[in-house]
Amino acid sequence: MSETNPNPLDALLKTHKLTRGEYEKIQQLLGRDPNLTELGIFSVMWSEHCSYKSSKEHLKKLPTESKHVLQGPGENAGIIDIGDGYAIAFKIESHNHPSFIEPFQGAATGVGGILRDIFTMGARPIAVMDAIRFGRLDSKENGARNRRILDGVVQGISHYGNCFGVPTVGGETVFESSYDGNPLVNVFAMGVFRHDEIFYGKATGVGNPVIYVGARTGRDGIHGASMASDVFTEASKQQRPTVQVGDPFMEKLLLEACLEAMKTGAIVGIQDMGAAGLTCSTSEMGSRAGTGIDFDLKHVPQRETDMTPYEIMLSESQERMLLVAEKGREREILDVFDKWGLESAVIGTVTDDGMLRVRENGTVVVEIKNRDLADEAPLYHRPYTKPYRNVPVDGPSFTSASVEGDLLKMLASSDLCSKRWIWEQYDYMVRTNTIAGPGGDAAIVRIKETGTSVAMSLDGNGRYCYLDPREGAKLIVAECCRNLSVVGATPVSATNNLNFGNPERPEIMAQLVEGIEGLAEACRFFETPITGGNVSLYNETLGESIFPTPVVGIVGLLPTAPPVPMAFPKVGLDLVLLGGLGDCDLTHFGGTQYAKQVLDALWGLPPKLDLEVEKSLQAAAREVALSGLAEAAHDLGDGGLAVALAEGTFAGVGAAVSIESALRPEFALFHEGASRVMVATSKLPEVLAVAARHGVPATVIGKTVAGELSIQLNGAQLVQVSVDKLYQTWDRALEESLHV
Amino acid sequence: MKFGVVVFPGSNCDHDAYYAVTRNLGHQADFVWHDSENLNGFDAVILPGGFSYGDHLRCGAVARFSPVMRAVKKFADGGGLVAGFCNGFQILTEAHILPGALIRNKGLRYICKTIELETATTNSPFTNALSKGQVLRVPIAHGEGCYTADEATLDQLEAEDRVVFRYKDNPNGSMRSIAGILSAGRNVMGMMPHPERVADPLMPGTDGLQVFQSMLTALAANSR
Repeated sequence: MSETNPNPLDALLKTHKLTRGEYEKIQQLLGRDPNLTELGIFSVMWSEHCSYKSSKEHLKKLPTESKHVLQGPGENAGIIDIGDGYAIAFKIESHNHPSFIEPFQGAATGVGGILRDIFTMGARPIAVMDAIRFGRLDSKENGARNRRILDGVVQGISHYGNCFGVPTVGGETVFESSYDGNPLVNVFAMGVFRHDEIFYGKATGVGNPVIYVGARTGRDGIHGASMASDVFTEASKQQRPTVQVGDPFMEKLLLEACLEAMKTGAIVGIQDMGAAGLTCSTSEMGSRAGTGIDFDLKHVPQRETDMTPYEIMLSESQERMLLVAEKGREREILDVFDKWGLESAVIGTVTDDGMLRVRENGTVVVEIKNRDLADEAPLYHRPYTKPYRNVPVDGPSFTSASVEGDLLKMLASSDLCSKRWIWEQYDYMVRTNTIAGPGGDAAIVRIKETGTSVAMSLDGNGRYCYLDPREGAKLIVAECCRNLSVVGATPVSATNNLNFGNPERPEIMAQLVEGIEGLAEACRFFETPITGGNVSLYNETLGESIFPTPVVGIVGLLPTAPPVPMAFPKVGLDLVLLGGLGDCDLTHFGGTQYAKQVLDALWGLPPKLDLEVEKSLQAAAREVALSGLAEAAHDLGDGGLAVALAEGTFAGVGAAVSIESALRPEFALFHEGASRVMVATSKLPEVLAVAARHGVPATVIGKTVAGELSIQLNGAQLVQVSVDKLYQTWDRALEESLHV
Repeated sequence: MKFGVVVFPGSNCDHDAYYAVTRNLGHQADFVWHDSENLNGFDAVILPGGFSYGDHLRCGAVARFSPVMRAVKKFADGGGLVAGFCNGFQILTEAHILPGALIRNKGLRYICKTIELETATTNSPFTNALSKGQVLRVPIAHGEGCYTADEATLDQLEAEDRVVFRYKDNPNGSMRSIAGILSAGRNVMGMMPHPERVADPLMPGTDGLQVFQSMLTALAANSR
């Protein structure tokens, strides 16, 4: 068939986003032509979203094992041992494309999907965090739309998480023009269970019944997975029907019923129906176990009449689960779902021939090997060149008119201001485990059953990664681990959400490859293997790619205890910078918040990072926190020293700081050099001794005082402002920019 | 003492109430499924927070028809102590065990934060451990917490000293800043804030414990 003479098959392949080559592989695997339903099934299972066909060869570079890891990638979520016979399951997942098309439902179902990934393994979700990114709120062209998307996403997360009863304990919110037509909504969830309560998505045991539970299947969300693997065009606005509608109440019932059904001992395997719905859950469960699944569509509970096999198999209706029971014990399971008022039905059986065999009133309508769907997707070795960037290495010349004015401007920026308006819409306390909630360096939830708490940090930095994807990715991992260390936690494992543009463009593919390699190096170094995650590609709108934005979620463990606060609790404490004042030059200043908020520019390279130095710093910070030497501790991140100091004053206690540095004032106060932690202490000699023992420089920079923040550099007074003014500037800025 | 913690489909603060009673107070508790009509053996009943029946129709509007609510009504009519927190308060008003209604917050948004509550009366089994005017720091977490009633009802509540807590800085537009009220018999209380969330030294404060301790004091006095 020639390219210039389109025929019906080409048109069909185009709507299914399959290439000619992929179609030929399907013919070869089947030994015949697929029918329409089969073509639809292949198209979703082989979509980028489900198959990772562009990223898989590079994802292999990530470390996945350690003594803590009970389950690495490949299951619904990774599992980490936390001691005392308990474990946590956690993962991050994106719902970027749906959240652009329909922000409220897109974000809500994003929360729903990741929660199912956690409880399908048998764990009760006890924490959610979200990393959300939008276009700038003050954009002349798109500001109104960006504000509407933010509002919808926040309300969607709020609606779903609150009703489900899981606390949303933290996250990050970033505004950048590159997310203008392509917001990022990455949701992390974590759950807890005992080692003997772990379930897997495996359809084992020939003859075992296959049971469908939860919401009925409707026509919503058909082709969601392939939509999520496409670039946006003007026509995307017409895709609303491919976004599903979430029902958190149904999900809550599903959670309780599943956990209760698991206790019967009659469940062999279980998997949620997420992207690609019934297709994905049946073929993956069969593929993992090396078995087949034979079922009849007439048994599948349906919301609408006259649904075709194609529609039923590709529907992405929410709040559904597939499970395999021990033969003869179906009733025990069905009874539990009856108790919770949920629909359930035996739809088929596990077979020994490895085939996904779907019938419509007995007639076979689909017959494909499970492993051809789950494991035989084409792998692409996409060519890559140098990572795309379109900014200079050299920075502009500039002189600050008022460092204090710059600080206030930065605190009022939508990136650095208080996100209270957002997180007060989330129930961050339900289940009474939240020891440190939103707004701190890391969130901490306690495990009631043991004496251990889990600290979590989510981080991404599109600007750093745009300047240098490899170094940017390493900096993110370092920052996450530092956030955990500041509160006294030892980082143990990671999950990642790789948000990138179109991998078919070699310079974008290069961003992905270098980003993954940077993550791999840093995660290996900090001994935080990646146990799962999500890849979201094709994040571009009208040819504009997003900044490469890997988002990392790292979990750490610490003994349960009152948390070390971020803000200064009282006057008279010594302020120490573990890691010292750091160093910076113009090139490495180009990715900072100062460059963005004050100069509205981007250039150069991200801050330098020395992994060994970072590791020592983290060890010192962790020891200071755990041995009770810190009255407050805070990582120096976005906005550098001056912003960290300002944030330290938000409990109402100020600071008088005096530093000596050869750096120019803007660099000294706002550079974002890694490996620095600020500690407020009443035990200065002990803190200095800990630093010395770890070989970490420590600089005493001042004391906490009442009422104001004062910063002197080489004797010159650069900042002198009341803590009230700092707080007011920071606290209300988001609401003001949203006009609410 | 033994507390019954009612579980409706969609309740999600049931575990927290259970934990506060059993672990923080060292008393007994059992979950009571919504289709049970039996509250025998319980000294007090808690209707926990959450989204019973998904808040479909209105918060608490479906839950009021649960079989367990007939038992709760009987239990309350017999003088038993019933405390409804958040969604529990909403259910009690929908069931007409308490007067008034909880409608959308003034700002039309869900609010989760720790607020200050003023103790409006100590003449109740839920506040006898407090002093009048005492300020408690207790979290709220709701989208529909704006207490609303007609003027006559509000006047009557005040005249009969049945307002139990008031917000210091009214976060949701509640009439007369009402955060919690008592039944005419004073043995049923509904409040929007969550005392069970501040009953543990690791949570932000332990002010909520005093509500439970008041109940224990009242129960001990009764059984004497």
